Amino acid sequence: MRVTGAVAVRVLAQLRRDPRTIALIVGVPCLLETLLKELFAGRSPVFQHVGAPLLGLFPFVTMFLVTSITMLRERTSGTLERLMTLPLSKLDLLAGYGAAFALVAAIQAGVVSALTFGALGLEVQGPRTVVAALAVANAVLGTALGLFVSAFAQTEFQAVQFMPAMVFPQILLCGLFVGRGAMATWLRWISDALPPTYAYDALAHTAADTLDGRFAADVAVVCGCILLALGLGAATLRRRTA
Amino acid sequence: MAAGLTAIRVDGLRVVRGGNIVLNELSCDVAEGSVTGLLGPSGSGKTTLLRAIVGVQRVAGGSVEVLGAPAGSEPLRSRVGYMTQAPSVYGDLTVRENLRFFARVLGAPGGSVERAIEEVSLGDHAGRVVSRLSGGQRTRVSLATALLGAPDLLVLDEPTVGLDPVLRRDLWELFHGLAERGAALLVSSHVMDEADRCDALLLLREGRLLAQSTPAEVRERTGCERLDDAFLRLVEEEEEEE
Repeated sequence: MRVTGAVAVRVLAQLRRDPRTIALIVGVPCLLETLLKELFAGRSPVFQHVGAPLLGLFPFVTMFLVTSITMLRERTSGTLERLMTLPLSKLDLLAGYGAAFALVAAIQAGVVSALTFGALGLEVQGPRTVVAALAVANAVLGTALGLFVSAFAQTEFQAVQFMPAMVFPQILLCGLFVGRGAMATWLRWISDALPPTYAYDALAHTAADTLDGRFAADVAVVCGCILLALGLGAATLRRRTA
Repeated sequence: MAAGLTAIRVDGLRVVRGGNIVLNELSCDVAEGSVTGLLGPSGSGKTTLLRAIVGVQRVAGGSVEVLGAPAGSEPLRSRVGYMTQAPSVYGDLTVRENLRFFARVLGAPGGSVERAIEEVSLGDHAGRVVSRLSGGQRTRVSLATALLGAPDLLVLDEPTVGLDPVLRRDLWELFHGLAERGAALLVSSHVMDEADRCDALLLLREGRLLAQSTPAEVRERTGCERLDDAFLRLVEEEEEEE
């Protein structure tokens, strides 16, 4: 716990040194939600349909990107190797990152929710706190996947490309843009295997206030994916390297 | 030279990287309570040997025992201080924030942070962000992290490179002070004039141990007053034998 806390405090201290990044993390989703609202001004149901899922999925994208770059820096600057010589378990490192970015995601979700549910007039049938909680869970999922993929990038240019390569297809196939029922069978199979599909489904159920067994199953799958991604991330952390 | 107990025992160490033999059947000892210099030209395998000793280097054969335990094993991680060749500290944190983080991970007492800052003469810069410091100052921040928690063994990879003569003298005094208190220090350098500051010497060339000796013995054996010349003489001797 002591070490996990130390890692989380350090990651947050690094982020605090970079106020522009914090402003972007919070400001960009606000801008996009506003844009969306204005774009569909004449057709309000569209905004009502996509507003909540987007609110819940933004943190997934943001934290994936921020984490993969931060962790890549840790790998390339030699600090990861240094940490591996210290009494720090791989779980401490992953949990520390997860905790730090979950907190950032909570702030992001709080600000974006306030704007979207307030000034932009988004309405959901279910509890707004559940939307925010799902946003934080998606952030942790993004963090876990970001930690994992950082092992496959040698430069920050490569890491940035993982976003369109890995995140966009997942968002396209999650059911937000085209209902899963309307997808070709093979696309639906891929969709079945991607975690944002379940995150989206949970958000859609929250928006419709149908918090049933299906919702619980969605949440369970998202949590399972977080643990799986953290496990994969841990497997990429090696104490001994060539 | 204080003939202490053995802190490091390397036996038949082999490291192969990308098909090249980096260390070939290397065996040597490092004593407690003394400063051992690891000297050799750039590319001779110094960093690889140090990485094997702290347990982050994948090895192809042989054994490395540190303070009576296999190198890199868990109980050693709070007893061995390691300073990497390129400073492995967080550029976006201040000197003090960096040290606090490493101290927390180590579970080192609160006062150790300020002591380490004083030991590397960075008191005036403790509140400054590391990325804005000079190269030599950054090196010293990295060194300070290795001093935290009063380690029994210090493995320092070129700690005095790029420092002015006064600082270098101060650091060598610090190293000998730590050795007098019983610690073992293994300090690498590619500058032969630093060899004279060491109690014992390991001379490395092309992945093989040229000599394990003391400055006085090397002079006597080669008949050279300057250690630079003595090193060349040893190289010539070895080539003649082949």
